[in-house]
Amino acid sequence: MPHKPQTILEQMLAKGYTRRDFLRFCSYITAAAGIHASGLSKVVKALETKARPPVVWFHFQECTCCSESFIRSSHPIVADIVLDKISLDYTETLQAAAGHQAEEALHKTMKENYGNYLMLVEGSVPTKDGGIYCTIAGKTALSTVKEAAEGAAAIIAWGSCASNGCIQAANPNPTGATPIYKIITNKPIINVPGCPPIAEVMAGVVVHYLAFNRIPQLDGLKRPKAFYSKRVHDSCYRRPYYDAGLFVETFDDENAKKGYCLYKVGCRGPVTYNSCGIIRWNDGVSYPIQSGHGCIGCSEANFWDNGPFYQHLASFPGFGIETTADTIGTILGIGTAAGIAAHAVATNIRKRKIIKHELEHSVKDEELKATDEEKKGGE
Amino acid sequence: MKAAKTKYAEYYQIYVWELPVRFYHWINALCIVVLAITGYLIGQPIAIHSSTEASFQYWFGTVRFIHFSFAFVFFFNFLYRIYWGFVGNSFASWKTFIPYTPQHWKEIFHVLCLDVLQICKKPLKSIGHNALAGLTYFLTFLVFLFQAITGFGLYAGMSDNWFTGLFTWIIPLMGGDFAVRQWHHLMMWFFIIFAMIHVYLVFYHDYIEERGTTSSMVGGWKFIEKPEKE
Ligand code: SF4
Repeated sequence: MPHKPQTILEQMLAKGYTRRDFLRFCSYITAAAGIHASGLSKVVKALETKARPPVVWFHFQECTCCSESFIRSSHPIVADIVLDKISLDYTETLQAAAGHQAEEALHKTMKENYGNYLMLVEGSVPTKDGGIYCTIAGKTALSTVKEAAEGAAAIIAWGSCASNGCIQAANPNPTGATPIYKIITNKPIINVPGCPPIAEVMAGVVVHYLAFNRIPQLDGLKRPKAFYSKRVHDSCYRRPYYDAGLFVETFDDENAKKGYCLYKVGCRGPVTYNSCGIIRWNDGVSYPIQSGHGCIGCSEANFWDNGPFYQHLASFPGFGIETTADTIGTILGIGTAAGIAAHAVATNIRKRKIIKHELEHSVKDEELKATDEEKKGGE
Repeated sequence: MKAAKTKYAEYYQIYVWELPVRFYHWINALCIVVLAITGYLIGQPIAIHSSTEASFQYWFGTVRFIHFSFAFVFFFNFLYRIYWGFVGNSFASWKTFIPYTPQHWKEIFHVLCLDVLQICKKPLKSIGHNALAGLTYFLTFLVFLFQAITGFGLYAGMSDNWFTGLFTWIIPLMGGDFAVRQWHHLMMWFFIIFAMIHVYLVFYHDYIEERGTTSSMVGGWKFIEKPEKE
């Protein structure tokens, strides 16, 4: 390791990329990160002059799909530069070191760069039973997170696990899987949900931090606005069918062949904030809806409990799998109608006296005429 | 039951529901009917197997548009009614909706006993809302508010409108759009069931009390028999 850390440009040149490649990469990632074109020079300057930031990447309760997604980013330099070059000083999946060496590297980075390193977390943290459901090097994930967060400049919570708990937090959540923002409250945290998040989104978030030295603008759920401010539905190419009211009714019908909207077979696009419809996956090849399957809302909290996936309305807990709000409503409605009918019958029985009394006192038409005549006669 | 009424009993005429209250009532009723129908359709769109190109139709978009526009009317009409609860007559006052005195609660139990369970004999005829009705309307007001907040919160995601932007906090609070949408949809059934009971009870009171309850929301007048002079 050189004493003065190389800048990202230096590293790229050393790797055999040209400056032209570098600039191309900069404009690509600037656009991907949702930064305005006028910010391009800033990005270029930052990557030219800044040393790679120290990064520690933790893996807790997860399936590593975030890492997998990241290293498959469509632009080769993205993975190369961001993953290799930002100096992953510690990441269980990709580091060469193991055992004590790895632990040593981690602690060295954390000590030498106290207050400056970027902490990336993949996976949720179990909190039940003292956090024993996930331990690394003899320590619980819970204590590792707390220790590492202390010296971190910022934390990026990769994927749905780290940002909302994902599948392992699904009811009944046996391990007490908890997202990072609920454990660490005194550090800037960026949630990048998705199972996994899109590689370009991940790269974009990191580059934004590199270039501007601060975290991107976040929404109410701490997600970068650049990628999570629109619903999948808002950028869906099947949207015209939705507005026209043309829906796939079953997966094998004529409408499915025609590519109509998947709303009625459970598409979660209308309630899911992500950029799948714009950036798409695997170098922009496709995304679930384009492949004929509704969105399952993998970047939304509790998506696992909001099933069934192939039904637009969720089933209601405690009422059996196929019971939706509408079934319950209909049953209540019928119950109400029956109650009203019963009440109406009861009224005529129980209030019989009153009704009879009133009827007896009702003035008859002839009587009214007679009184009128009487009055006239009296005049 | 007092045998107060004889033939040719004399009646007081009481102006119960002022014009703004009547307007509010019918605008609200119209909004609820339209919102419930369009809301149901948005939740469960009907199947159309049509050979027309999508570019030539927009029915689902129109249903949603109607839902959203009526939502605004509904909300501001509701705000107006709250205002009228402070400046209107005693029958429209906010005090008839919130049971803050023991007297209110006594009346609530009385109404339950007399009109709902029909086991009490002691008569009670209210001129405006009875205390139980008032409390029920208060609950509906809370549901109105809930529907407005959740509805505008969902709407804010697709709009730059500053007004609906005021409601975005509900989304993280309830854990995401899905949950908000689910509850917003479930509450539609509250309105449907409320409307059924409400209409029935109006007919019931009209039938049993003979004071023109039904027509009072059109003309504003109720007719209360004068107690007989002994
Ligand atoms: S397929 Fe899904 S995201 Fe696309 S328009 Fe239909 S409901 Fe919306």
